[in-house]
Amino acid sequence: MGLLRWFSQVWAVTLLNLRTIGQRRGSSAATVFGVAGVVMVFVAVLSIAEGFHATLAATGSPAGVIVMRGGSDSEMMSGISRDNARIIADGPGVGRTGQGETASSELYVVVSLPKRTTHTDANVPLRGVQPAAFAVRGNIHLISGRPFRWGHNEVIAGVGAARQFAGLDLGSTLHLGENVWQVVGIFESGGSLSESEIWTDVDLLMPAYRRTLFQSVHLELASPAAFDRFKDALTTDPRLDVSVLREADYYAEQSRSLTTIITRLGYSITILMGIGAVFGAVLTMYSAVASRTREIATLRALGFGSGPVEVSVLAESLVLALAGGVIGGLLAYLLFDGYRTSTLNWQSFSQVAFAFKVTPRLLVTAIVVTLPMGLIGGIFPAIRAGTLPVASALRET
Amino acid sequence: MRFLPLVWKNLGRRKVRTTFTALSIVISFLLFGILAAIRLAFSAGVDVTGADRLAVTHKVSIIQPLPISYGDQIARVPGVREVTHANWFGGIYKDPKNFFPRMGVDPVTYLDIYPEIKLPEDQKKAWLADRTGAIVGRVTADRFGFKVGDRIPILSTIYTKLDGGRTWDFTVDGIYDAPKGFDTSALFFQYDYLKEAAFTTNQVGWYIIRISDPQHAQRIVDQIDALFANSHAETKTSTEKAFAEGFAKQAGDIGAIITGIVSAVFFTLLLVAGNTMAQSVRERTSELAVLKTLGYGDGLVMRLVLFESCLLALVAGGLGLVLAKLATSGGDPTGGFLPVFYLPGRDFGLGIGLAVALGLATGALPAWQAMRLRIVDALRRV
Repeated sequence: MGLLRWFSQVWAVTLLNLRTIGQRRGSSAATVFGVAGVVMVFVAVLSIAEGFHATLAATGSPAGVIVMRGGSDSEMMSGISRDNARIIADGPGVGRTGQGETASSELYVVVSLPKRTTHTDANVPLRGVQPAAFAVRGNIHLISGRPFRWGHNEVIAGVGAARQFAGLDLGSTLHLGENVWQVVGIFESGGSLSESEIWTDVDLLMPAYRRTLFQSVHLELASPAAFDRFKDALTTDPRLDVSVLREADYYAEQSRSLTTIITRLGYSITILMGIGAVFGAVLTMYSAVASRTREIATLRALGFGSGPVEVSVLAESLVLALAGGVIGGLLAYLLFDGYRTSTLNWQSFSQVAFAFKVTPRLLVTAIVVTLPMGLIGGIFPAIRAGTLPVASALRET
Repeated sequence: MRFLPLVWKNLGRRKVRTTFTALSIVISFLLFGILAAIRLAFSAGVDVTGADRLAVTHKVSIIQPLPISYGDQIARVPGVREVTHANWFGGIYKDPKNFFPRMGVDPVTYLDIYPEIKLPEDQKKAWLADRTGAIVGRVTADRFGFKVGDRIPILSTIYTKLDGGRTWDFTVDGIYDAPKGFDTSALFFQYDYLKEAAFTTNQVGWYIIRISDPQHAQRIVDQIDALFANSHAETKTSTEKAFAEGFAKQAGDIGAIITGIVSAVFFTLLLVAGNTMAQSVRERTSELAVLKTLGYGDGLVMRLVLFESCLLALVAGGLGLVLAKLATSGGDPTGGFLPVFYLPGRDFGLGIGLAVALGLATGALPAWQAMRLRIVDALRRV
C-alpha cells in the first residue's frame, strides 16, 4: 500500500470519526470534562505556588543586600545593635544618595489583626524603617493617603495587607500596647512582599515593642558587583558577627519550603487524577468503538486497512483529551488567575499576601500533560477496533 | 444472597469495562481519603484540644513575651486549677529544613495539663532530674532516629548562651506518644535550661491554664484579661480550641482551596463512572426482559440491578479507601510541615457511605426502568 494512500485513508476515517462525535455526545462529554477537571486542578494548585514564588521573587533588587545576625535564618530571629548597624552602613560599596548611605536599619515584628475572610487573628508583619528604606526598595508608591511623618504614631499599610486584614483602611487606628497608631497611607511596591507589610518609624516601633536591638540592615549597594567585597569586609570584621545575603537569595530561601510542598501536593494529586481520567477516556473510547462495530467492519470490508482505523481511534481520543485540556486550562485561568489570598510564611512567622498566578508556561505544561492521557486512553480501544473480525462484526447488532 | 453468582456474572460479562469502571472508582476514593488527610493536616490539632484548657498570649501578637510573674496572678483567679507556660525556642537542627517545634516548658505542670503526652514513668523521672534533658515526640524520633540517651545539638536563632555560643545540647531523656491527632513532632525541654542564656529575661511565650469547669470559661477569660488591662503587657486569653484554630487558619485558605477543587474533580470522576455503570444496564434491556419472562418479579429485577451497582461501588470504593489508608499510614509526606497526617476513622466511614450513595444513585434510574420494563416492548427492541 502506498504511503500516500495510507495517509489519505487515515485522513478519511479520522474525519469520519470526528464528525460523528456528536452522536456520542454523552460519553465524549464525560471524557472531555474528566480531562478538563484534571487540568483545572493541576493548573489551579500550581498557580498557588507560582503566585507565592512570584511575590517573593519580585522582592529585592539585584544590588539589594540584607544583613542579619550570624546564624539567623529570618529577620524575626535576628538582632543587631545600633553600633553594629552603623558599622554595617559604613561598609565598602554601599550606595549613597544626597541624604546619606542607602542603608536602613529595621525592626520586623508582627501584630495580630483579623483576616477579613475568616475573622481569626493572623500575624501581620509590621516593619519599622529608617528614611533610607524608601531609597533601598526604590519601588514604594503611595496609592492613597500620604507618607507617615517621622516621629509620629503613624503607619502606612501595603495594599496586600490592607486588602486581606481588617483594620488597615485609610484613617483607621491600630492599638499597639499603650499607643494608638493611625493608618495614613496605602502603598504598593510592584507586587513584592513589602505589600504584605505595615511600615512605620523604627525609632517609635522599638520602644512600643520594648526592643533595644534592630533586627536587620537592608541596603542597596552601588552596584551588584560590589557584593563580594562588601560581604568579605563585614564577615571578617572582628566587631561583627553577621550573615550577609543578597536579598534575592534570602527571599528565594523563604519561599522554598512552601513552594516545594505545594508543588509536590499539586503533582501527586494531578497524577492520581490523571490516572482516573485515563480510565474515563478508555471507557469512552471503548464504547465509541463498540457502538460503531458495524460501521468499522463496513469500512474494513470496503478495503480500509486496520492501521488507518487504529490511528483514527487514537486521533479521536487525542482530540477529546486536548479539548479537555484547553477547556480546563481556560477555566483555571478565568477562575483562579489573580485570586488573592494570604498564608503564613513559617520562616518569618508572618503573613504573606499574594495572588494566584496562571502563567503561560503553566498552561502549556498542562496541555502537554493531556496528550499522554489521550494516547493511553485510546490505545487499547484502537487495537480492538483494528483487530475486529470483519465477518462476525458485520453481523453484530 | 443466592443471586450473588448471577450479579457477579453480569459484572463479568464485559470484563474490560467493569475493570476500568472499578478502577476509576478506586482512584476517586483514594483521592477522597488523601484529601481527608490533607484537610485534617491543615487544621491540625483543632479536634483534640481540651475544652478545659485556655491559652494566654500577649495581646499585640504571639511573638511578644509575657512576664513570668503573671503565672502566680493567673493561678489566683477563681476557677483556675493549674497554670503552665511555654517558650518557643525555634533554632536549627543541622539544616533549616529539618524543622520540628522545640519548646521550653515547666515539666511538671506541663505534663499535668497535657495528659495526652504519654511518657513512661522512668523516662519522666529521668527528665525531671535532668536540667538539660528533653523529651521528643514519636514522629520526630522516628524521623531522625533519636533514641533515649542521644544528644541533640540545636543552633538557636534566638538565645545566646552565657559563653557566647549559640549551640544548645539536649539529652533525649524520653520519647512520648500521644493519642491519634495530637501532634507528636515537638521537643520539650526544661524552661530552667534557658537560665543559661546570656539574657535571662524572666519572660515566657504563653501560658496554658486548666480550669475546673469549662462552663465558666468566658468569665475566667474576662477576669484574666481584666487583670492585666492597661499594663505594659496586656493579655489575650482564648480557649485552646480558638487558639489552635487561629493557628490553623493562619496557614489560610490554601487547605480549603485544595479541598474545594479536588472535591470538584472527585465528583467529575464519579460522574464518568456512574455514566458507564448506567449504560451497561441499559445495554442488557433484552436480558432483563428474558428474566421477567422466566418469572422474576418487577421488584426482584429492580433489586438485582441496584445490587449490582452497589456491589461494584462498594467493592471498588472500599478498595480505594483501604489504599488511601495505606498511603497515609506513612505519616507526613512533606517532611515536617504537616505533622498530623492520617486518615481519620470518621472520614473512612463517610467514604463508605458515599460509596453506597454512589451505587444507589447510579443504579436508581436503570433499576427503575428495569422495574417498569414491559416484556413485549423489550423483546421487540434489538
